[in-house]
Amino acid sequence: MEIKSAQFKQAASKNLDNPHLLRALTNLRGRMVGGRASSILELDNYEDIREGAKQVRDFALAHLDYLLEEFERNAISRGAQVHWAETAQEVNQLVLDIARRNQVRKIIKSKSMLGEETDLNAFLQAAGIEVRETDLGEYIIQEAGETPSHLIAPAVHRTKEEISELFHITHKLPRKTDIGEMTREARMILRPHFLTADMGISGANFLVAETGTSMIVTNEGNGRMTTTMPRVHVAIAGIEKVLPTLEDVSFILRLLTRSATGQSISNYLSFTTGPKAPNDKDGPEEFHIIIVDAGRTRVLASDLREALRCIRCGACMNHCPVYQNIGGHPYGWVYPGPIGAVLTPAYVGLENALDLPNASTLCNQCGVVCPVKIPLPDLMRKLREKQVERGLRPWYETAGLKAWSWAASRPGVYAFASRWGARLGHLIGGRNGLISRLPGGGWTRGRDMPAPHGSTFRDLYASRASKNKQQ
Amino acid sequence: MQVGLFVTCLVDLFRPRIGLAAIKLLEDAGCEVIVPTSQTCCGQPGYNSGDRKGAQLLARKLLREFADCVYVVSPSGSCAGMIKAHYAELLAEFPELKPEVDSLTARTWELTDFLINVLKLKAVPGTFAGTVTYHDSCSGLRELGVKSQPRALLSCVQGLTIKEMATPEQCCGFGGTFSIKYEDISTRIADQKCSDIEQSAADAVVLGDLGCMLNIEGRLRRRGDTRTRVLHVAEVLGGMTEDQA
Repeated sequence: MEIKSAQFKQAASKNLDNPHLLRALTNLRGRMVGGRASSILELDNYEDIREGAKQVRDFALAHLDYLLEEFERNAISRGAQVHWAETAQEVNQLVLDIARRNQVRKIIKSKSMLGEETDLNAFLQAAGIEVRETDLGEYIIQEAGETPSHLIAPAVHRTKEEISELFHITHKLPRKTDIGEMTREARMILRPHFLTADMGISGANFLVAETGTSMIVTNEGNGRMTTTMPRVHVAIAGIEKVLPTLEDVSFILRLLTRSATGQSISNYLSFTTGPKAPNDKDGPEEFHIIIVDAGRTRVLASDLREALRCIRCGACMNHCPVYQNIGGHPYGWVYPGPIGAVLTPAYVGLENALDLPNASTLCNQCGVVCPVKIPLPDLMRKLREKQVERGLRPWYETAGLKAWSWAASRPGVYAFASRWGARLGHLIGGRNGLISRLPGGGWTRGRDMPAPHGSTFRDLYASRASKNKQQ
Repeated sequence: MQVGLFVTCLVDLFRPRIGLAAIKLLEDAGCEVIVPTSQTCCGQPGYNSGDRKGAQLLARKLLREFADCVYVVSPSGSCAGMIKAHYAELLAEFPELKPEVDSLTARTWELTDFLINVLKLKAVPGTFAGTVTYHDSCSGLRELGVKSQPRALLSCVQGLTIKEMATPEQCCGFGGTFSIKYEDISTRIADQKCSDIEQSAADAVVLGDLGCMLNIEGRLRRRGDTRTRVLHVAEVLGGMTEDQA
């Protein structure tokens, strides 16, 4: 996907002025935050399970080499074809080659964020193949010509009214306002595509090494149809998605759906192992799995490695005060919110996403709710350090920080400067004790600055101490 | 019991009576309070802005200044959190300092946490005629588990009633330099905090961190709210909600 993270500030400011977006995001926050909070109460040892999930993911990441080969062996033994792609371009080319070999004219897709990374739809369409997103949210944004703004709710930035208008225009049918009716309409439009597609593409929530299975977690049933109806199926998955056993998958699922939507379990869990066998009633005739690096081994070898534990639940963004107000698009690439603020610079380069790790209050709400304990604020802080080390911050910021540590490490200088700062600030604050304009304007555009009270603590304490001595 | 007070740079500059209130609370409880006069900043601004070297300089300075204190107490969740939750990582390049860092980490407390869990305080001198709502500052809450301590202490204040806002654990949008780098996002988050505070209809919002205090008070006043007071928990507990003449 084209990287627009450099325009974060402008895009965020624009979104702050969009009342429809705020309404949509407030809805999401209510549903997802409340849902998660009540559903984790069903687990009487939530924190233990969370620690276990972290360890399962860490084990898998520590043994990727072995597990991926085990996965490949088992998938092949069940009749699947396994491909390895080092780059996004290779993924697209592999998919196109498979499509060409099978004379594919139409593809249906269930959600794949990796497909967004590689811009798969545009690539296939440019090659003359029709591509249909079938997840309702993905379908909406495909119709609207947009990109996802959330990991699991890609069209969350749109209100019901906006979607009603979009359907009315693109479907050329009488306007519906009821969500159920709108969904039925999309379903009616999509149904013929399921029946006529030559190929299905899905992502993978997990790859299971012991069985060679690719599995997806969905709520709408489109994923099941995408993986079973067309004669060719292609699953694309990052190397970090592998887990050793089915037991591990079921363990992690206890946290995934609860953290994501507050569901004890999703409506569908689809496990695909190999193509259709002679006695099977359905399933693809050919089943391909593309295992993708696209920057992941580089992250694995770095100090951002913990980010690869991510199981794509979206809880970090649902709980992020910044995301809750600007939505996902300003982050400018595939993954928004706190996890995006770490993965984006890790995958596309520090210099291409300078704002992302800085645009966080480090409130650690994300770290607290992450089901696999990714220390997101710590990773954002590491990225900030790397920016400073590589000289990527503006000169005035670096100079300001240097000046601060210089002064604060010299108590005499510091006492002098703060004494005069307190006096001057008190004076400017005037009778109501508020400063309404500060240099740079950053603070005071939307806020006053409560003025200092005139004396520093240091001075008050010193005079108190000398008074005590006199007594 | 000997306690070193880490005042914090923001209290020193903006609202010194918070430091005096902290001393009063600690002395009333029988502590001998020591205030190392060379103290300045814990290094958090640099640490959170990527200036690791500058932060290390200030952390090592603080380490020396409080080396002899039995306890180190600070009227700030984020500064105490900086020491307790981050110094070990920040100073990891200096393995020779590890014993000192571990010792400081174990000795450091946020003020209300210390009053409740070390001093077992059951009574406070402050009185307050009215209702207050408590804002849980992020670092205190999520790094140190400061949640019930300030509420337990506030409930000892004569005349005071606690009225919770809807989402007291939601960030106020301050985030240090974030508040200036992304002022519009920061202001929006602060605005939501202000609405939450106003809906509680409390006479004052009480909190434990100066950063949140400046942010929340600054936004409340700009919104035209001159009624709701913004007070540090130490001021309320110590009965020092006004400057002394």
